Order: sequence, then C-alpha cells, then structure tokens
Amino acid sequence: MKKSNRFGNRLLMALVFLFLYAPILILIIFSFNAGNSSSVWKGFSLAWYGKLFHNRLIMQSVYTTLIVSFLATAIATVAGTFAAIGFYAMRRKLRDSLVTVNNIPMMNADIVTGVSLCLFFVAFFNGWGSFAGWLNSIQSVIVLPTRLTLGFGTLLIAHISFNIPYVILSVGPKLRQMDKNLIDAAQDLGCTWMQAFWKVVLPEIKPGIVSGALTAFTMSIDDFVISYFTAGSSASTLAMTIYGMTKKRVSPQINAVSTLLFAAVLLLLVIINVREARQEKRAAENRINL
Amino acid sequence: MKNKLSRLAVPYVVWMALFVVAPIIMMVIYAFSASNGGFTLNNFVKMGAYAEVFIRSFKLALIATAICLLVGYPVSYFMSKEGPRFQRMAMVLIMLPMWMNFLLRTYSWMTILENNGLLNQLFQKIGLIALYNRMTGADLSYFPMMNTQGAVVLGMVYNYLPFMILPIYSVIIKLDGSLIEAARDLGAGSATVFRRVILPLSLPGVLSGITMVFVPAVSTFAISQMLGGGTELLLGDLIEQQFMGGAYNPQLGAAISLVMMVIVVVCMLVMNRFGEGEEQAVML
Repeated sequence: MKKSNRFGNRLLMALVFLFLYAPILILIIFSFNAGNSSSVWKGFSLAWYGKLFHNRLIMQSVYTTLIVSFLATAIATVAGTFAAIGFYAMRRKLRDSLVTVNNIPMMNADIVTGVSLCLFFVAFFNGWGSFAGWLNSIQSVIVLPTRLTLGFGTLLIAHISFNIPYVILSVGPKLRQMDKNLIDAAQDLGCTWMQAFWKVVLPEIKPGIVSGALTAFTMSIDDFVISYFTAGSSASTLAMTIYGMTKKRVSPQINAVSTLLFAAVLLLLVIINVREARQEKRAAENRINL
Repeated sequence: MKNKLSRLAVPYVVWMALFVVAPIIMMVIYAFSASNGGFTLNNFVKMGAYAEVFIRSFKLALIATAICLLVGYPVSYFMSKEGPRFQRMAMVLIMLPMWMNFLLRTYSWMTILENNGLLNQLFQKIGLIALYNRMTGADLSYFPMMNTQGAVVLGMVYNYLPFMILPIYSVIIKLDGSLIEAARDLGAGSATVFRRVILPLSLPGVLSGITMVFVPAVSTFAISQMLGGGTELLLGDLIEQQFMGGAYNPQLGAAISLVMMVIVVVCMLVMNRFGEGEEQAVML
C-alpha cells in the first residue's frame, strides 16, 4: 500500500517535470536542425550557431540584456541594502507605510508598472523639453538637449525600480534576525558607526544580500513586459527581439542562443549545488568530529 | 546610532516617490483626461464596449489558476515527503525553466501545437486522427489546437505553475512535524491529519501562490498573442494596443490599466483578510 502510494506520487511529479521540460528539450533539439523549420527534422547541423554570432540584431540584444541586468542588479543591490538598513532603523509606523509603497511594484501586474512608467517618462520628457527650450532661449552658456526619448536610460531606471523591492525583501529579514546588541557592542569596543556597519552589520546580512542580488538578476534577465514599455525603439533586450520575431518567423538562431543561455545557467547551478553539498558534508563531518 | 542609520533610506524614499508613486499618479491623471488634456470620464464609459474582454481575461486566468492549484498543491506536498537530496534536485528542476525566457518557452508550445506541429505529427503516426475520423465520420487531417482558449490556458499554466509550487512547498516544508505527530497520537487518520492540520496550515502558501499565478495570468498579452493568435483578445492585449498598436489611445489604456489594478488589489485584499482570519484561527 505504502509502496504503490509512493510510486503514484513520483509518477505525478515525473509527469509535471515532463510537462515543464518537453518544450525546452524540443527547443534545444531543433537548434541543431539542418532545416529552418522548428517542427520538421532535417538532420544534425551546427549552422544556426555559426549564423548566430554574425547576427547583429541578436548579439546586440543579448549584449543589452546582459548590461542592463548587471548594472540594474549592482545598483539595486547597493541601494536596496542601504534602504533595508534605513527601514530597519526607522520608527515602526513610518516603516510600515514605506514598506507598503515598496511592495507596490511586486504586487502590481507587470503591465501596469510598465504602462505607468512609460506615461511618467513621456510626461517628464515633455516637461523637460519646454524647460530646456526656455533655458536655451534665455542664455547660451549651457545648451540642454530639448528632445529626450525612451531608450537605454529609461530601461535601466525601470529595471532598478522593480529590482530594489526584491533586494529589500531578502535583506530585511536578515536584519531583523540580527542581534541588536551587536552594533552597540561594536561601538562600545571603539568602532565608529561606519566601522560597525562594515565589520558587524554587513557580514551578518551578507546571505540576504547575495540572495537578493540573485533574485534581482533573474528578474531582470526574465523581464519582458516592463522592458517592452520603457525601452522605446532605440534599445532592445533579447526578450523584445524574440517577441518581435514571433510576430513573423522565429529563426532557429533564437533556439541556438537560448540553448547557450540555458547551458550556461545549468552549469552555474551545478557548480553552486556541488559547492553547497560539499560545504554541508564538511559541516556534518565537523559536527561528528566535535 | 539607529536614527543615523535611518537616513540611509532617504535616497530610496526619493526614488520611490519619483519612480513608483509619481508614475501611478500619472496613470490616474491620464485615465481621467481627454486627448486634449481636459477632465473626462469618457474613458471609463468607452470601456463598456470591452466588457467581453474583461470577462474572458478573468475567466481564463481563473481557470489557469485553478489548474495550477490542483496540480501544484499535490506536487508540493509529495515533494516535501521525499528525502533531502530528492527535494533539492526537484527544487532546482522547478526553478530552472524560469531561467529560459518565457517567450521562448511559449514559442516552443507553438511549434508543438501547430496544425502540422509535433503533436499532430505524433497523432498522425499513431493513427489517432484516422481513428477519430472513422469514429465520428469527420474528415480531419489534423486537430486544430492553436488559436484556441485552451491553448492560451495551457500557456498560462505552463508559465506560471512554478509560481504556485514554490510558495506552497516552502510553507509545507516549514510545518511543525510535532503537530502532525500530535494529531496522529490523538487518533486522526492520514486523511484527517491532512484536512485538519496540513491543509489549514499551508493556506498562506496557497494564497500567495494564487496571487502569483493570477496576477500575471490576467494581465498577460504575449501568451494570448502567441497561442491565441490574436483571436482571443485579453486585457493585456487591449492595453498593449492602446500604447503600441494601431489603436493608439494612451488615455483609454491608462483607464483600463487602472480598473484592472483596482480589481486585482481589491481581490487580493479580500483574500488576504480571509487568509489572516485562518492564520489567527490556527494560532488560537
């Protein structure tokens, strides 16, 4: 009875994993297809990988995606960590209302965030246009650009905005878990508050910062909707390029690029997991030795 | 010390005011203005014509959320009963697809569901289509699966299922094992333990899973465009058309976004109130 039950459980899980992975496997298999169809197999070939590296559009959008994600993650991690510490040190009432505002981008549908940012940027650019025009007309020392457009800058701002809440979300609990007396102790022992921050607080919350940064990076890489509304026509992330292609024909080059990205992530995850397992093993051994 | 530290949040508070609060205010202003800038309620009146789209979006998103829950809950529960190595592996396997862009995964479904796609090729090979034709007297050379509501729901379930599994799993895994033992000691059978102990305690995970699936599902436009072929217009498509498509009308788009946001927030508040009650009941 117990055995068959367990078999049934595993069967369900296997089916779910099959459901999750079948499309991905098909995508990967057809990146090696000699023909240009994504449902008819014409033999093995690496041609699409070769073509991929000469495709300006795809390479450019991969580059944009990586740059935006790295920059947004770096800025959001620093800003989010400081913000989380600031929130932690605040009076409760003020903190609760600020945390509510902080949660808005996470609760809102992506399209609402994207649309509202887009409207805000356009309205700001209009206001800026008339301001710059006025300033340029009354003096000639500084000449301001009058026409600003959506592009890499707005894309980056949008990504930072939706990343920071995730960093705060993972740093906040670590701060609350920290022993409050640690900071006082450090200061009693002669640390300035800067030193207390660097030597005591930061090491305590480091795991939260790391996982926050990872979440932020994942969100950035995976985002399509918010980028779509804030990047305008001058910058294009990989997701936007793919979306543009699905309206016509998707080239198997896209299969190739996604296979490469997938392999990179897989490798990264394997490394992380092996390291974790090793650390756990070592910790377990230490415990036994003690 | 503490007060000094709170100053660290000032830059982010300014940032939030600029890039979180101001854009939403901007959206509200747009929703209530005419194309020449004057105040109007016309945008909301015009929305009546799209009632059908609202109903369809909520219907499909609800179906997708229900399926995700029905599949995701047992999977999370069974996963939590396995050994630690299996659990770690399963977690990685569930997270991994999220690293591949969802548009690509949805595109892959297009190649599977197409009229001459992989699934129809398979059906033809195993003679399923011929069998169907003989049984019903129809003359099909393929099963039409693309551009249907079913395909859109499938796309939603496929993309958002991990968002249901992860929160439920993380709540179940933290359940206090002694509670289950206590229930057993007091004579409850497996079914009772599940119904009276595990299910109520995992409700917070279920609620956050429902939100994490429902909100993106109700507002999607890429999935419905790719798998619904533009025939099954959803709220997201409607909004997208007002900003990027031919039907350029940002005021109307802002109004639709606003209404959608309000409906979603109200649903979530009601649900969380409901969930809080449960949690307190459990604590008592």
